[in-house]
Amino acid sequence: MKILKANRMERCIGCHGCSLACARLVHKRLSWSTAGIRITSAGGLSTGFEARLCLACNPAPCALACPTGAYAQRKGGGVKVNRDLCIRCGNCAAACPVDAIHLDGETGLPYVCIHCGRCVPFCPHACIELADLPDEPDVQDSPGETPDVADVADAPARGAGEEAPHAR
Amino acid sequence: MPASTTASRVLHVDLATGASRVILFEGRPLHLGGSGLAAALYDAYGHPAAPATDPRQPLIFAIGPLTGYYPLMSKVVCGFRSPYHGQWAESHAGGRLALALRFAGYDALMITGASRTLSCLVVGSRRLEVHDVHYLRGQDVFVTGKYLRRFGKDSSGHRSTVRIGPAGEKGVAFACANVDSFRHFGRLGAGAVMGAKNLKGIVVLGDGGAALPEGKDYPKLFRDIYGAVTGTDMMQKYHDLGTAENLSVLNELKALPWRNLQATTDPAIDGISGERFAEQLLLRQTACAGCPVGCIHIGLLRQQFARDHEFLYKQVSYDYEPIFAQGSMLGLTNASDVLALLDDTEKLGLDCMSAGVALAWATEAMERGVVTEAETLTPLAFGNVASYVTALQHLANGTNEFWRTLGRGTPAATAAYGGQEFSCVLGQEMAGYATGEVFFVAQSLGFRHSHLDSGGYSYDQSAPPREPGSFRAPEEIAADVDKAVAFLVDDEQKRIAINCMVACLFSRKAYSQQRMQEALAAIGLVAEADNLPQAARAVQAARWRLKLQTGYRPEEVTIPKRFTEITTWKGPIDTAYMDALRLAYVDAIRRMADAPGPTAG
Repeated sequence: MKILKANRMERCIGCHGCSLACARLVHKRLSWSTAGIRITSAGGLSTGFEARLCLACNPAPCALACPTGAYAQRKGGGVKVNRDLCIRCGNCAAACPVDAIHLDGETGLPYVCIHCGRCVPFCPHACIELADLPDEPDVQDSPGETPDVADVADAPARGAGEEAPHAR
Repeated sequence: MPASTTASRVLHVDLATGASRVILFEGRPLHLGGSGLAAALYDAYGHPAAPATDPRQPLIFAIGPLTGYYPLMSKVVCGFRSPYHGQWAESHAGGRLALALRFAGYDALMITGASRTLSCLVVGSRRLEVHDVHYLRGQDVFVTGKYLRRFGKDSSGHRSTVRIGPAGEKGVAFACANVDSFRHFGRLGAGAVMGAKNLKGIVVLGDGGAALPEGKDYPKLFRDIYGAVTGTDMMQKYHDLGTAENLSVLNELKALPWRNLQATTDPAIDGISGERFAEQLLLRQTACAGCPVGCIHIGLLRQQFARDHEFLYKQVSYDYEPIFAQGSMLGLTNASDVLALLDDTEKLGLDCMSAGVALAWATEAMERGVVTEAETLTPLAFGNVASYVTALQHLANGTNEFWRTLGRGTPAATAAYGGQEFSCVLGQEMAGYATGEVFFVAQSLGFRHSHLDSGGYSYDQSAPPREPGSFRAPEEIAADVDKAVAFLVDDEQKRIAINCMVACLFSRKAYSQQRMQEALAAIGLVAEADNLPQAARAVQAARWRLKLQTGYRPEEVTIPKRFTEITTWKGPIDTAYMDALRLAYVDAIRRMADAPGPTAG
């Protein structure tokens, strides 16, 4: 089981490629908000960038707060989301200790990282990666509908190698 | 959002009345977006017969139909009547503004009227507010940015802040509008237009979104384009040394202007080369939102402000043009000195290119006794960074009559004080390409008087060198002129198509006309895709018509003597060729606008 980690954000150039990829590929939206990973800058561009994303809590407070079962614990950390069960109460976002869940202003639907990794190939500086979870006993996976591995068919064509283009 | 109709969605805010409305502006297959949309909006809502400074004149920020949908579709066209020359003008900038406008739900923001008090406009997908910011009067660009970030905190990272400094408030004709700290609507005075509207800043909140088209075409095309711009070496030079790599190249070619173009090469280049900046001062690169390249180079400026090792540090963006204008052009050969000047220029809200070239003229004017310290208030001298730090303050604040006149542009200063023959003015203060006849004519006569209108500098570089003193027959010159004018017209049209989308011009290799048509079709804009070639030609004509309607007289454009005195790698300037080219390009401009000039009958 892998999770998405933003371990090298000091390399971030603020292109929002990760957010746009998540919105485009996972949620079929043109947006930098309705995405599981979102880039912010605190106090202007001169301070650099931060990534808002799920840190893969285990157990996940958002799943515990969800009253309808739309959120379910993902094995190893994080959550699986079944939108069909969501009543747009926003409890998940309120429960998240790191503001990782975006509630869409128009629909009220929550957007949270599902650790699928489809954003990773669209980061030009390898700021983000799908990383193995540490070997720890954890809460068991619950049934859910979201995928947990990257669909590599999304990845852009590369020139040489599989690394991020500017990190060569 | 654009994919469903043929209308562009325009937010019109009238600062005079406080009224605003959303306009569904029909005709996107004809005007496309960006340059074309701005021109069409001015055609519909502008006042060509009224002066540029009339508060009713619209200030327009336009994105394109592909903005946000594809990589490097990340720029905004600002259309306005320029206080520099009175004519319809454009300036382009990136930052986060393009995506913020897209996600606020608008293809363009059009601002008319002047506010009664210094104001900040806040625009989002569900917000529209005008705030009184009288307390920011006189504040510099960075302080202003910090205060304006109080608006829309919830959209941190997804908002864009356009603001002006003292130069814009004072109406300096080349005051810029700063976008997100490191990008600018730099040339021809968009900042002064904001100042005249009492508009200190604009905060755009990109807090909405749109559904994407069904099917595989769009994601596949996105993947292909992304792969082309990141998986090949196509964009490598832009994120490596950046445009600053050209300093050494042009210096070697004898095409880098030094000390008000008194020279075109200097062995001291190593102190301000792109390599020097990258190795010693480059902190990091950053990007416009929606662009994976990261061409914005941020340098470290470390300054000692007191004894006992008291230091401060600043982050200053640099590029080829700023280093030319406030480095070689002013005889500065230390990279940190250049960053120090650029930092002050940024704070004051001046266009760095016009400011640097204007100061270079003032320095030579002082050397020659055309002006004295009674006018300049400070002893300007090439290479003396301290004198330029003081001069920038005078220029932005209009301390006396001389500085207020220079703040209307170098041509205004030469009209008042003389020294036109050594003024480096090609329609406006020159860009950093002393490459020869084609560039000089292209910038002097070009629509934006910019090195970005067309690739005249590259045409110069592709032409074979001539033997010194060699004679060319009139027929040979005429053939060259025809070829060069055809290139300028065609290259401008290609760039206009890009500027209607509005892609970064660095991506022009990635976005052929066919690729843009595929991109439009993949998001459902089939009519726009089909009509792209005709629309690009129509936009080219419309822009020239507007420029002519608002006072442009290409026949009256002159190229100062200084440009004929230089020597490049090709040898001396061929003045007969340059003059023939100038006349032929004037005719071509009249033809493009379908508006015959006096000489064409």
